[in-house]
Amino acid sequence: MEGVMKICKIADNIVSPLGFTTAENYNNVAAGVSRLGTVEGVFDLPEPFCASLFNREEVTALLDRELTGAEALTLFEKLCVYSVRLALENCDVNPADKGVIFILSTTKGNVDLLEENPTDARCYLSYSARRIAEYFGNTNTPVVVSNACISGVCAQIAGVRELLSGDCTCAIVVGCDLLSKFIVSGFQSFKALSPEPCKPFDRDRVGLNLGEAAATIILGVADATDAQSWEYAGSSIHNDANHISGPSRTGEGAYRVLFDILAVVDRDELGFVSVHGTSTPYNDEMESIAMHRAGLDDVPVTGLKGYYGHTLGAAGIVETILSMQAADHGTVLATKGYENCGTSYGVSVSPVERNTDRKAFIKILSGFGGSNAGIAYRKGGEA
Amino acid sequence: MKELKRVIITPQETVLNGECISRSGLTPLYREFCGDYPKFFKMDSLCKLGFMGAELLLNDISLEEKSDMAIVLFNRNGSLITDRNYQGTLGDDNYFPSPALFVYTLANIVTGEIAIRHKIYGETSFYLLDTPDWVEIERTVRNTFCTSSASLILAGWVDYETAEDYLADLRLISRD
Repeated sequence: MEGVMKICKIADNIVSPLGFTTAENYNNVAAGVSRLGTVEGVFDLPEPFCASLFNREEVTALLDRELTGAEALTLFEKLCVYSVRLALENCDVNPADKGVIFILSTTKGNVDLLEENPTDARCYLSYSARRIAEYFGNTNTPVVVSNACISGVCAQIAGVRELLSGDCTCAIVVGCDLLSKFIVSGFQSFKALSPEPCKPFDRDRVGLNLGEAAATIILGVADATDAQSWEYAGSSIHNDANHISGPSRTGEGAYRVLFDILAVVDRDELGFVSVHGTSTPYNDEMESIAMHRAGLDDVPVTGLKGYYGHTLGAAGIVETILSMQAADHGTVLATKGYENCGTSYGVSVSPVERNTDRKAFIKILSGFGGSNAGIAYRKGGEA
Repeated sequence: MKELKRVIITPQETVLNGECISRSGLTPLYREFCGDYPKFFKMDSLCKLGFMGAELLLNDISLEEKSDMAIVLFNRNGSLITDRNYQGTLGDDNYFPSPALFVYTLANIVTGEIAIRHKIYGETSFYLLDTPDWVEIERTVRNTFCTSSASLILAGWVDYETAEDYLADLRLISRD
């Protein structure tokens, strides 16, 4: 592949109820820790629900202490800024540089502000994105991806495209969603939530949990000195063309995503596939069908919703970063909550962690609107 | 890249490839140029607008050509109009959240509605921009062609504020 531009991950960060650094998050996940729990009376909701939430008082105090000049930002924007800042501490990217572009992945941004003021300008996602970029002195128009639950992978793909076309030299991809009465009531109305911590791919799974996180991946063009970095290997986005709120029964979109990626990534390279694994009966069944159709029955599968719940616009970024960490540690992370096979095709899921010496993975997501996305990375110099 | 067709829909008129074909609102437009898709009436306004734009651009494109095409749409409001409606169902004394409304509180649902109608299995993407900036839209379309197998992209602006203020400016763009 000499002569072809290589895109690599330069730095990352996860800010979540499990910790404020990637390492802290990874160590907690590897130790089986989860913050999923039943909460009552939160967001003024009539019914209790099970979720992974930031402690509002603690996180607000921390952000006020850590961030200067961010007084005018909302909690959502501050979390994005904080995650980006922590990622920037691990690299020498100047975020104000003309070649740097910000890419925001979120489903609902500041939607909680609608309750007080239906015309609040901060509810425009592009407005929010500009405030985040401007905090870092960046004046380029940010890219805002809003593709429901697949946004976190789509935002990385958007970053890769900006880099491949030469439109930028560095892409700061940040994803975040905070829960609110708006979001939780909607999922409750769909009867999509599990009252207990979720059980991805298990026969007794009854629904998903929601969660909160902010996460950042900084992507750039690899040079010869980056031999040990994670390189972008392939990506794909497809629609099911089937239903706006239910996954395809044949896994059509997810299958097509896997098919495209397997044209550029050898299945023997793959340590694992990090699935969406929301724990709804339909999603996990659909993913098992797509994996089977793509000939991936024997490739280890891992799902992380049992640690974080579904973190919406952050999910694709959180789960990509943890996949890189896991592969670096020679590990396929345990799928917390899974006990017994509960899908038509027996994909290779495990409640305990497994070893792998392979240094490539695929991250897939599916979401409302019939959308499906996947991205693959491999460790530089190993393929 | 080559622009094959263009449709502009506003409350005042619908212009297809430079020619005014209607001076009516969205529902009369549906009755005149579609009429056989009752799901139209379940959609929110943003979806109705995008759906009619796609009807007018794709009516003579074969199923085979549509199967692999991509849909790449932009707007300013996202789904904010429906978000406000949904928020209105969450009052303390008036708490009736509905899944049929909640599903439309995502801007990308319009890309899904078009994909379902036309059996489009290619990429569907939704981005937010402050204005219908065609330099930015064309840049994104060009980048999409670079990393996807699609040979056709339905791309453009679809934004709904009120019944008196909406704009769809959609184009069918081919790779070559």
